[in-house]
Amino acid sequence: MVALSHRLADRGIDRHLFLLVPATLFVAALFIYPFCYGLGLSLQPAQGGAFGAYREFFTDAYQRDTIMTTLKIALPAALLNVVASVPIAYKMRGRFRGKRLLTTVLVVPITLGTVLTAEGLLNFLGPTGWFNRTLLAAGIVDTPLTLTHNYTGVFLSLVITGFPFAFLLVLSYLSGIDPSLERAGATLGAGWAQRFFRITLPLLAPGLATTFCLTFVLAFSVFPSAILVGDPSGSTRVISIAAYEAAYVRYDYAAGSAAALIMGLVELIVIAVVLGLRSLLYTGTTSGGKG
Amino acid sequence: MTDGFQELRLEGVSRSFGGSDALADLDLTIKRGEFIALLGPSGCGKSTALNCLAGLLPLTRGSIWRDETRLDTLPAERRGFGMVFQNYALFPHMTVRGNVAFGLRMRRLPRAEINRRTDEAIRLVRLDEHAAKLPGQLSGGQQQRVAIARAVVLEPSLVLMDEPLSNLDAMLRLEMRTEIRRLHQSLGLTTVYVTHDQEEALSMSDRLVVLRGGRVQQIGTPEQVHTQPANRHVAGFMGYRNILPMRLTEGSIVEGGGLTLRGTKVGEIAAGDAVEAAIRPEDIHLAAHPGEGIEVTTEVVEYQGRKVAAEVRTPGGVLLHLRTDRALKPGDKAELVFDPDRLLIFPEGD
Repeated sequence: MVALSHRLADRGIDRHLFLLVPATLFVAALFIYPFCYGLGLSLQPAQGGAFGAYREFFTDAYQRDTIMTTLKIALPAALLNVVASVPIAYKMRGRFRGKRLLTTVLVVPITLGTVLTAEGLLNFLGPTGWFNRTLLAAGIVDTPLTLTHNYTGVFLSLVITGFPFAFLLVLSYLSGIDPSLERAGATLGAGWAQRFFRITLPLLAPGLATTFCLTFVLAFSVFPSAILVGDPSGSTRVISIAAYEAAYVRYDYAAGSAAALIMGLVELIVIAVVLGLRSLLYTGTTSGGKG
Repeated sequence: MTDGFQELRLEGVSRSFGGSDALADLDLTIKRGEFIALLGPSGCGKSTALNCLAGLLPLTRGSIWRDETRLDTLPAERRGFGMVFQNYALFPHMTVRGNVAFGLRMRRLPRAEINRRTDEAIRLVRLDEHAAKLPGQLSGGQQQRVAIARAVVLEPSLVLMDEPLSNLDAMLRLEMRTEIRRLHQSLGLTTVYVTHDQEEALSMSDRLVVLRGGRVQQIGTPEQVHTQPANRHVAGFMGYRNILPMRLTEGSIVEGGGLTLRGTKVGEIAAGDAVEAAIRPEDIHLAAHPGEGIEVTTEVVEYQGRKVAAEVRTPGGVLLHLRTDRALKPGDKAELVFDPDRLLIFPEGD
């Protein structure tokens, strides 16, 4: 008689896998159940049949347009965060004095939260903020620039909160690339640009795609800053505002859930496209051999 | 095949890290076509020397010249040296062919020439069948050959090799050693080869540079370094496993630990000086007749094929290592004689 654990092991089942049970239950209770509950809600509108709430969302231009509005903010913000992280992380991948201090400074905004950032932006970039006052005093502009309560305000807020996140991820991806590869490139006659574009970037690209997806999801669900430093009834009426209004202003839970699920679907589509492109890239090891 | 330079000169090349010298005042002239081995224990500065030469590490002092061209002020990509890294540093996202062609592409050579030379280099290291594979699909030895092909395809004026065999198993190491030697002979490439393996250095190089603590201990042919080590550190590194603290009495007789031995002096030593006597295990023999030699007791025996390596102790308590064909066993008594020509007497210290 072979022990049960041996028979399970033969099929690739390890008793220690049972340790995953609490975490699985946790995810089920906090994600899968609410998700199904929301899905159920969205399919039970007061009128219009099972898909009434969805139909309504897509026929009403005021609701439908929030998708494009949100994409227009989230895509460029996520892209900028990733693109701006690369050169900074690239310069910081080695060891040098003050690296920890510099990293801290770059990462601090992640700890501030969107509300504090929004408040800072209003003070700093508002019509009577330091920035405009400096510009006016220096005679660079005649009238204050409008940088808050519009698209720019939300965009800047997303960059400030999203950049540290993207930077940390890119830095860790970059540190995983064997530094001897670039040195090898140098001995083979490649200048810095060739080393970066032909060696480092191709190895980093899959990581950039992942980073883009994560920062995009963060930016796409923008809510507080869209209201605080944006123009929540106009140019920055993002999809989360539409969902919020439906659920807690009109008390139409079906419409609110439908908007939230559409939001999730749009995110999934963008992520699917990016990951699809990522799968075309080289995604193997980033070390140059043994040792 | 290399562009027509005659010699490469390193003048007082030094590199320090945080105030301490990793490499100090390395003077070396490398003639075209020579195979130079930099030998030393880890931390001796040999890899620092190689990286300085490659341009991957700026010098603290000194200069590097190719004939009359000063090289140490040029970045690595403009020195035209090939380098083989210890971990191979193959580009993991490029095929074998892509790796080998990389340097040629950087030189913007015509496509036809790139293809021809890449094929040639891949054939040279016998990887034709694997040309389309990624480095991750190759064995360690094959990866090493790709790294070599990638470095030599540019026909560099100098090839630098940083312990290229240290990640391979013993069999493969022997094979690759021959392969590198073969490539060196057929292409006439000037090579600087870093290793901590004295056997590798002796068997491959035309000249050896023995380093210790960032300083040159000795520069010479393998034979010179092997038979006439300049000091006790070189001797220790060259297989003089028995190094005994003794005192010079007169002429070339040393005494200590109850032993009186005759040897050969290396350097300036006067009678009465503290010295160190060095001899290889294979230069200690078992006496042919009883009563001729020093009596010892065998303590540890290692089987090494035709010979055994034994650790023995004299009545005075001195431990000696020797190699013999006699099947000694722990506890066996034996009598030893020392070859006076092979017992080197060095001044103590330095």
